[in-house]
Amino acid sequence: MDTRVVPLAAPSCSPAIAAAREAIAQHRDTPGPLLPILHAIQHRLRCIPPETVGTLAEALNLSRAEVHGVITFYPHFRTAPPGDHVIEVCRAESCQSRGGEAIAAHAEARLGCTFNTTTDDGRYTLESVYCLGLCAQSPSMMIDGKPYARITPARFDRLVANAVAAAAAATASPPAAAMGGQRDTPSTATAGNDQPPFAAPTVHPTAAPGNSEASA
Amino acid sequence: MSAPFILYVPQDAAALAVDADAVAQAIAHEATARGQNVRIIRNGSRGLLWLEPMVEIATPQGRIAYGPVAPEDVPGLFDARWLNGGAHPLAHGLTDAIPYLAQQERLTFARVGIVDPRSVEDYVAHDGYAGLRAAVAMPPEDILAAITTSGLRGRGGAAFPAGIKWKTVASAAGPRKYIVCNADEGDSGTFADRLLMEGDPFTLIEGMTIAGIATGATQGFVYIRSEYPHAITAMQAAIDAARASGWLGADIAASGRRFDMDVRVGAGAYICGEETSLLESLEGKRGVVRAKPPLPAIAGLFGCPTVINNVITLASVPTILAHGAERYRDFGVGRSQGTLPFQLAGNLRQGGLVEKAFGVTLRTLIDTFGGGSASGRPLRAVQVGGPLGAYLPAAQWDAPMDYESYVKIGAMIGHGGIVAFDDTVDMARMARYAMAFCAIESCGKCTPCRIGATRGVETIEKIAAGGPQREQQIHLLRDLCDTMMGGSLCAMGGMTPYPVLSALDHFPEDFGGGASHASSPQTATHAA
Repeated sequence: MDTRVVPLAAPSCSPAIAAAREAIAQHRDTPGPLLPILHAIQHRLRCIPPETVGTLAEALNLSRAEVHGVITFYPHFRTAPPGDHVIEVCRAESCQSRGGEAIAAHAEARLGCTFNTTTDDGRYTLESVYCLGLCAQSPSMMIDGKPYARITPARFDRLVANAVAAAAAATASPPAAAMGGQRDTPSTATAGNDQPPFAAPTVHPTAAPGNSEASA
Repeated sequence: MSAPFILYVPQDAAALAVDADAVAQAIAHEATARGQNVRIIRNGSRGLLWLEPMVEIATPQGRIAYGPVAPEDVPGLFDARWLNGGAHPLAHGLTDAIPYLAQQERLTFARVGIVDPRSVEDYVAHDGYAGLRAAVAMPPEDILAAITTSGLRGRGGAAFPAGIKWKTVASAAGPRKYIVCNADEGDSGTFADRLLMEGDPFTLIEGMTIAGIATGATQGFVYIRSEYPHAITAMQAAIDAARASGWLGADIAASGRRFDMDVRVGAGAYICGEETSLLESLEGKRGVVRAKPPLPAIAGLFGCPTVINNVITLASVPTILAHGAERYRDFGVGRSQGTLPFQLAGNLRQGGLVEKAFGVTLRTLIDTFGGGSASGRPLRAVQVGGPLGAYLPAAQWDAPMDYESYVKIGAMIGHGGIVAFDDTVDMARMARYAMAFCAIESCGKCTPCRIGATRGVETIEKIAAGGPQREQQIHLLRDLCDTMMGGSLCAMGGMTPYPVLSALDHFPEDFGGGASHASSPQTATHAA
């Protein structure tokens, strides 16, 4: 019988704590379970809320500092939920050789936030990523976990608009699918004056995602 | 109705990133509309990445390639009777006859793009598991001897002889032993691990299983970076399929041997590609580098003897066991034996994967295979070996690409990533980036790397600004690089000086000093 103690569901159990307990139950018997547990929590909640640290520490017989240390070491883990759409632009050498930094500047201008911040309205989180393994087709990026290559400013705009439209279509009103959701292929490239539904250019620097200090 | 036409539309991330799913949908839709009976197989990429999405049609003569195919090209391709190999501006003839592919020596990548990566049966039908079948019939010492004879060295970059590493683990005592595959392919300009895991995952499983049998390890882990979601899915599915058909588990291929493996996912830390840092991460800790000794082969994962090898190292094992160590060894030159999957990236017209025997020149790779720059401007600098690799000027492009020759010119082959830059590159900026990347990704354990990288960024900025202090700052930078190379715990701090110093040595005109920054073609003393 496992002697490690996971507190049973308390009356005050928050969704975050519940998710943490579920992830612990699922992975605690795998060797070196902390990263799989953290991935499971983030997959469920889009972040690892700081309030889960105590639960994780207790269950894995670690100090809170150790758990906090692991969460903050890895750029992939975030302690606050990102914007509705996470846009990761590759900043590494291969993409730089093909104008990646111009795409990065375009992304900041179009989304209205700087790297590693979220727009004020919570729609977009813009992040740097160091290589997506699409280096023969630079520059590359990811939108909500989907890879895209051969990025141009116009293609960037279309892809973001398509992602927004797809999400809108998935959640509710069918008419939203018409909002900028045109087919994206290089041969349909048009001028960039088909304004996609971008946010106003406001920046919210405190909502930094990633592993910046997670005090709360 | 006659047998269906078979089409291959890659599901590799490199194809998906340029709308391969939409192409597959368009093909299915168009075929239905025309009453054509087609079967679409989602294969890996053949590695001709500038042609992605590259659709192949199976014909009696062989597969015929069309690419890059956009969804709206599909009706026209049907009109051109592509199912029968019809002529079309996007047609490239028989895939195997495309010079880019025909001039390669594909051993490790023999099956990538050819097999269905989800099918054990297809893998076995294409010579798969021949290596493991041979291995289970041999005493472990003979497997170790074969790996040693093959000359296989670590393909992750360090080039340590695999046979010696395996032998150390085999003879080490421990309650358990592990095979860990380093699939934390973080170097910019590299994608060989990803292409292999997405296109032929069973080869990696087979290689790890052979490693397990040879060393007495019973558990394997593939540590894949979180930036590779498709590779994670492909490996997980392949492991499940292998387990379901008895190629993993308590009785591998009815041999009485046990070996099983799991996928573990990284979390965005470049440093976890360093082997001891990866082991820390697998144990659930911060990915902080360990001091060596002890070597992982003696005390690795959870303190147990551990083979830790790169994807390509382990994936090269099946062909060695299946077709003989001597055959593999006889590719290559000197002490760099076998083949290396070079990855052509950056500003090249024809980027992709080129598996060649060691000894090929960089010029051959970037001109003959790469087709020169994508921008049409002269190429000026080529970084070989990832963010820790040197920038090579044209004068060095004729050196044979093998481990020893590259050491002689102050460079390294690394994982075989090749990133080309045209004459608009600012090399002081690239040198600064190398230090900045090190500052971002340093694990923080040792001072030369943690502090040195930040000081390096500042110093390069001062140099590039020019002024009376410039010479003094260059002296400081060289001194700093010396400290980092000699005093860092691992290659992160120890090799970041390679791109920095090579940029400074070969492209001094970009580092302040009064001359205009070399975005002007005149300063490039290099051939196109």
